[in-house]
Amino acid sequence: MSEQHDEGYDEWIDAIDRGEGYALECSNGHGSLPPRRLCPECGDADLEKRALPDSGTLDTYTTIHVATPAFTEDAPYTVAIADFGLARLTGQLRGVEDPEVGMRLAVGVEERKTEDEPLLVFRPA
Amino acid sequence: MTGVRIAGTGHTHFGQFPERTGRDLFAEASAGAIEGAGVEREDIEALFYGNFMGELAEDQGHQGPLMAEMAGVRAPATRFESACASSGVAVREAVKNIRNGEADAILVGGAERMTNLGTAGATKALSIAADELFEIRAGMNFPGAYALMAQAYFSEYGGDREDLAHIAVKNHENALENESAQYQRAITVEDVLEAPPVAEPLGLYDACPITDGASAMVLVSDDFAEREGIDAPVSITGTGQGSDRMALADREYLARTPAATAAAEEAYADAGIGSDDIEVAEVHDCFTIAEVLAIESLGFFEPGEGIGAARAGETTRDGSIPINLSGGLKAKGHPVGATGTSQIVELASVLSGEHVNSDAVPDARIGLTHNAGGTVASTTVHILEVRS
Repeated sequence: MSEQHDEGYDEWIDAIDRGEGYALECSNGHGSLPPRRLCPECGDADLEKRALPDSGTLDTYTTIHVATPAFTEDAPYTVAIADFGLARLTGQLRGVEDPEVGMRLAVGVEERKTEDEPLLVFRPA
Repeated sequence: MTGVRIAGTGHTHFGQFPERTGRDLFAEASAGAIEGAGVEREDIEALFYGNFMGELAEDQGHQGPLMAEMAGVRAPATRFESACASSGVAVREAVKNIRNGEADAILVGGAERMTNLGTAGATKALSIAADELFEIRAGMNFPGAYALMAQAYFSEYGGDREDLAHIAVKNHENALENESAQYQRAITVEDVLEAPPVAEPLGLYDACPITDGASAMVLVSDDFAEREGIDAPVSITGTGQGSDRMALADREYLARTPAATAAAEEAYADAGIGSDDIEVAEVHDCFTIAEVLAIESLGFFEPGEGIGAARAGETTRDGSIPINLSGGLKAKGHPVGATGTSQIVELASVLSGEHVNSDAVPDARIGLTHNAGGTVASTTVHILEVRS
């Protein structure tokens, strides 16, 4: 783990790791991810934590072959964007040979090879 | 409100010059612009300069005054950073300053030193234009981001890698005679399809190269041009800028770039024209899919229709709207902080009949440049017109 603490984000990814992932919802129903003081869509300051659903759907994906130094030993790996209702999440897709847009995915936190940092991972739900 | 004219332009060769400093690159480009304009250095009232990764590539921040020094200009100097749209926003601010009477003559440009970082290092440096917490920590990088957009486009509208390959082939073809270009080399559709994958569905030839280079121009007011007897036939008649949510996942559409649409609509209204009036354009094709998204967002093609444009010959040099006659970022190269001004330098040359590819559009009088930062979270659009 890096020495740096990123308040708001670190607590959020820890919550995902515990299976208690959440997004923020404003009083107008817009979703966002922390840390936030205002809704990025409408500026509403009344943000409530809402539990993420057990699964989301795959929107798009790519298998990356040329990685930055922080991911060299992980390559090739697949990055995906999945829709969890209030928010879309960006993570790595594991345990799927032929991804299909629309497939149901669960989200968790796993290890990666190059660095000892938490990684958001989607697996088939 | 005064008009804004392009009095002179300068451009280094774009390519791999890992030993050349950013300051030397900008010294060359700015000298070309100032000498080309025939403007006295003491008449230049400001430097607006674009640079993205100076801290990472050269441990050099605070580049405004440094670059003014290299250009031999004693005037307030400011660096603009907006990822790959850094010099696009510098141009826009220069245009606004001249229009509102703050200045009569401004040196504007950009530079980037990149290849000294190597491919992995430059890819890392570029990635800071994305959302560090939610994208980079997941392993996304820029080829990956555009690949996510390409896959989303294919899912929503159709199209395939071969459609994208025709864009790369076209832009390489356009750069063949362009002495400024990094790649003056023809490629085939097969070359693109058989190239090693970078981030699927994108391969090596879907991506622009990593490039060192600089570009610059001197912008002047109509009055200044007349008073000083400067021959400046091309004016910047429209400027627009759009922003979007930083992270791709936070956008309503994964296969559209509304920041570019917003920038274009503002620029068209500013110039008093519409997308149908554009005869030629330079767009930000950092990846082949980026050209598709650009030509749709700018209103040249409907969403879903841009993917086939190069293959159908609509955007080739003899097509209805030639795109990237310079070779684009794909073949001319993409020293990121220099790209926004480079596009305008090249398009002004095309419109004034001085470019090697001017004969593709001999009667063209109105053109557009589109410069995008990040996954198009920032965009500037400029309209250029020949005014005799």
